Amino acid sequence: MATEKLSIVKAINASLRTALENDPKVIVMGEDVGKLGGVFRVTDGLQKDFGEDRVIDTPLAESGIVGTAIGLALRGYRPVVEIQFDGFVFPAYDQIVTQLAKMHARALGKIKLPVVVRIPYGGAIGAVEHHSESPESLFAHVAGLKIVSPSNASDAYWMLQQAIQSDDPVIYFEPKRRYHDRSELDTEAIPGPLHTARTVRPGTDLTLAAYGPMVKTCLEAAAAAAEEGRNLEVLDLRSLSPIDFDAIQASVERTRRLVVVHEAPVFFGSGAEIAARITERCFYHLEAPVLRVGGYHAPYPPSRLEDEYLPGLDRVLDAVDRALAY
Amino acid sequence: MTVDSTAARKPRGGKRAGAKKPAAGAGEPELVQLLTPEGERVEHPDYAIDVTPEELRGLYRDMVLTRRFDGEATTLQRQGELGLWASLLGQEAAQIGSGRATRDDDYVFPTYREHGVAWCRGVDPTNLLGMFRGVNNGGWDPNENNFHLYTIVIGSQALHATGYAMGITKDGADSAVIAYFGDGATSQGDVAEAFTFAAVYNAPVVFFCQNNQWAISEPTEKQTRVPLYRRAQGYGFPGVRVDGNDVLACLAVTRAALERARTGEGPTFVEAFTYRMGAHTTSDDPTRYRRDEERELWEAKDPILRLRRHLEREGIADEEFFAALETESDALAKRVRETVRAMPDPESTAIFENIYADGHALVDEEREQFIAYQASFADEESK
Repeated sequence: MATEKLSIVKAINASLRTALENDPKVIVMGEDVGKLGGVFRVTDGLQKDFGEDRVIDTPLAESGIVGTAIGLALRGYRPVVEIQFDGFVFPAYDQIVTQLAKMHARALGKIKLPVVVRIPYGGAIGAVEHHSESPESLFAHVAGLKIVSPSNASDAYWMLQQAIQSDDPVIYFEPKRRYHDRSELDTEAIPGPLHTARTVRPGTDLTLAAYGPMVKTCLEAAAAAAEEGRNLEVLDLRSLSPIDFDAIQASVERTRRLVVVHEAPVFFGSGAEIAARITERCFYHLEAPVLRVGGYHAPYPPSRLEDEYLPGLDRVLDAVDRALAY
Repeated sequence: MTVDSTAARKPRGGKRAGAKKPAAGAGEPELVQLLTPEGERVEHPDYAIDVTPEELRGLYRDMVLTRRFDGEATTLQRQGELGLWASLLGQEAAQIGSGRATRDDDYVFPTYREHGVAWCRGVDPTNLLGMFRGVNNGGWDPNENNFHLYTIVIGSQALHATGYAMGITKDGADSAVIAYFGDGATSQGDVAEAFTFAAVYNAPVVFFCQNNQWAISEPTEKQTRVPLYRRAQGYGFPGVRVDGNDVLACLAVTRAALERARTGEGPTFVEAFTYRMGAHTTSDDPTRYRRDEERELWEAKDPILRLRRHLEREGIADEEFFAALETESDALAKRVRETVRAMPDPESTAIFENIYADGHALVDEEREQFIAYQASFADEESK
């Protein structure tokens, strides 16, 4: 029975397990990924089954983790690195940006860097500082990296398979507030291409584009809007580098309105890039400016305020109202 | 192994339990030395080495050709053929000694100044010049000679070397890795993290630090309060300071460190005590921060001169050898000159090449737009 309903955490775990089984060059490394199974238990049981040589508890040093993963990749391995929390990736940012992203180009393509960096990201878990951030734009801005983020168990499984098989470095953002949401996974399915968006709810009046944790929020917003007689389309972008602009364009040419939703701050966020490009591509189709809903230009707030900071159903619907009012 | 003795500064509180007796004579710890500045062969109890006359002549040839290549590159920069050059002048012994200690299956992670090591690995010297001319950002195939691309961000490659070494262990191979960096890099977090990872995983890696006394304008005192090789102790692996202007000592010490790595004994930190005779790069002006007297002091310890004295003293090389080498140097310099001058600018679309192994929609789109934009001028011209 290849199809089952399971959580995103379990789906990622299953995907890592499949990768470790299928390819002896795949290794999992990070802080506490061994006996503990990671702070979110994503790697639960993997070290027990695959050994300390393949599921590696590393020293507490993020630059070291990514830097040695680069070296292992140069030796022919396919490291899947775990960064414990979004806000802790910055010590590794230098290695990711100056080394990992550029090395293939610097060698004129003669070496490959098949490194996956897994980062649990986003808020709404009531955490302390540095545990709730959405730094995806800081990576999408860098040529040489590919950025993806699943929103459900099936994508979590398959997109990680594809990321590991990719010869390019992939930053794989995991929607940690959705870790325990359960959905169908068919481990014998034939997945579509990694860097494509998917219509998760067809509609006619306006397109909501989101990824990762905000897909569910947008689906809820669309359901609420439906009760008011508005038929919203929801696109799960899935990939931020590259972005499937063709899919967004096709949707917007039908719905004529676009609202982009992400937890990351709106300012210089992925929504800005999408708004600019879709305005250029769909100028004569648009009935309203592309609107964005996201975090504010403020440090991620103390958790008692995060519900105000994060885009929720009401803020999404507010943007929908404004777009439809044009 | 060299025993640490006197720190650069005295530790606070004066007496230290178990402090070893100071090295003879100087306030600095003793160096492993097998060849004095006068060219006299001396023995070291831990680093016995047998080198044939042919090997000695080979080391001399390597150093002379490397220096000549390096000087030619500096000249080419002055002539506008290169945008920048980072000279290794004065560090030939450290690089040739350590480079010749490596085996073909070993892997080297250089900084941007390891022209002598590249020479030892069989990398064509003209390949090194592409990035300094601005026609590529590296460009050679690292796996052809197991010589990684030059790394410009200080210390980053120490982690790559350590990861690569961890991979060697996983493969059950007996190769080793050598990571090059300078005294300035020892202040970088990446180097510290590399030490930690290498120690924890007992990785077969040699950290070869050329302490050339200067990180651009900052002397070693701005990086450390203790002799650098002693850092290793805190990480749990041996550190040794070697006379970096003594090619035999560098060869012997690196060979021993690589052997330790191969046989599962883990990392070693080698501090090659040497001197950057020239500027940091052709853009630098050392007269602003150091005195000529210092350079003169180090000129007396010149690595090439010292081996030449030894060769002459022992009658290992004759005038014919030196003359032939001079001719070979001239030929190398000529080839370098001609190759660099003939090095074409890349096609403009190279901007978009090799960014991704598996392609990227945005890169494809921008490449097409770029080509169309360029072509629009061609249309204008043809009208």
